[in-house]
Amino acid sequence: MRAEHRVLLERVARHRDRAAFALLFAHFGPRIKALMVRAGADHAQADDLAQDVMLTVWRKVDLYHPERGSVQGWVYTIARNARIDRLRRGSARAYEDVEALDLASDAPDGEEGVLSSEICEHVGAAIATLPEEQRTIIEYAYAQDLSQTQIARKLKLPLGTVKSRMRLAYVRLRDRLEELR
Amino acid sequence: MTPHHHLDEATVLRYASGDLDEAFSVVVACHVAMCPACRRAVRLAEEVGGALLEEAEEAALAPQALERVLARLDAPPPLPLARPEREEGDVPLPLRRYIGPRLDAVPWKTVAPGIRRHRIRTAGGTPSPLYMLHIGPGKAVPEHGHGGAEMTLILSGAYQDALGRFGPGDIADLDEHIEHQPRVEGGAPCICLVSTERPTRFKGFFSRLLQPLVGI
Ligand SMILES: [Zn+2]
Ligand SMILES: [Zn+2]
Repeated sequence: MRAEHRVLLERVARHRDRAAFALLFAHFGPRIKALMVRAGADHAQADDLAQDVMLTVWRKVDLYHPERGSVQGWVYTIARNARIDRLRRGSARAYEDVEALDLASDAPDGEEGVLSSEICEHVGAAIATLPEEQRTIIEYAYAQDLSQTQIARKLKLPLGTVKSRMRLAYVRLRDRLEELR
Repeated sequence: MTPHHHLDEATVLRYASGDLDEAFSVVVACHVAMCPACRRAVRLAEEVGGALLEEAEEAALAPQALERVLARLDAPPPLPLARPEREEGDVPLPLRRYIGPRLDAVPWKTVAPGIRRHRIRTAGGTPSPLYMLHIGPGKAVPEHGHGGAEMTLILSGAYQDALGRFGPGDIADLDEHIEHQPRVEGGAPCICLVSTERPTRFKGFFSRLLQPLVGI
């Protein structure tokens, strides 16, 4: 399925292929909607946001580069930015500026190779190997859009413990993926 | 420029998952803009988001959702897409929206002898204050702890403390457990970008020293 994302996105990029876009929409649309609902949107708002995110995918498709990461990782960042801008009334401009810099820089160097899209496909498997106490915190942070403070409250843990579990989770994921290099 | 002091791993995950408010996300983005290692780290953390999106449950979309989007595909985008600014300058890109491209154009206000400040107004009325400091050469800050998280990104000049030397691009990503006594190196002022959590008790780094001056 995931290798297919790349093929479909390429068809959108090269040929403005609406059928390929419709397939990506069918896959990501309902997932993005679920993400927005868990982040506090009502159904109508989550529907709008999912549609807008997919419209952005269509418009920005030329900015996706497979050597910089997976399709789902890229779609996630677009959804996250929409969530910050529209749901939280914050600002995602800092993220967009970093993205712009990334695009302006040359092809990824050797160091960045660790995030080739092939390796990115293993991130899900690596998450599955995390101890449950770390995985839970990762899922709360990303999938349920809970802040570090909200996670601490929900799990009745000191903030420092949540922080150190996040840290451990990240280091473990990174090390797992380093092994695949 | 290769920074020596980086983001805490927990901060990388919070940034990638969208948990930081505007003030902190600007400071993080500025470091990331200067640091290939942290850019890679953020990318990995964004892949975590991608993997969880793949595994996410699905919420059925409204029946006409696809048709509605297809009908909008050919409409011109409402705003031009953001493009990197090519203008010459020494201000990291994510900070340029707030202060322009050049550090020597910052409208400093003197708040104490040897200390100047520029407070940055954030768009969303973010809860955490964001400001810049310009501290004279040789100036030391008394030893202190922190009332809450504090991020300091060095843009120019350098200071030293027990954690090491912090020069351009370095970030001090500190929580309330750290105690230190920064001293700005001689020769040049230290210009830094600072965001602080608005704590109930105030004893942060520049914050404690400057709270009456910075007015946060
Ligand atoms: Zn770094
Ligand atoms: Zn301090």
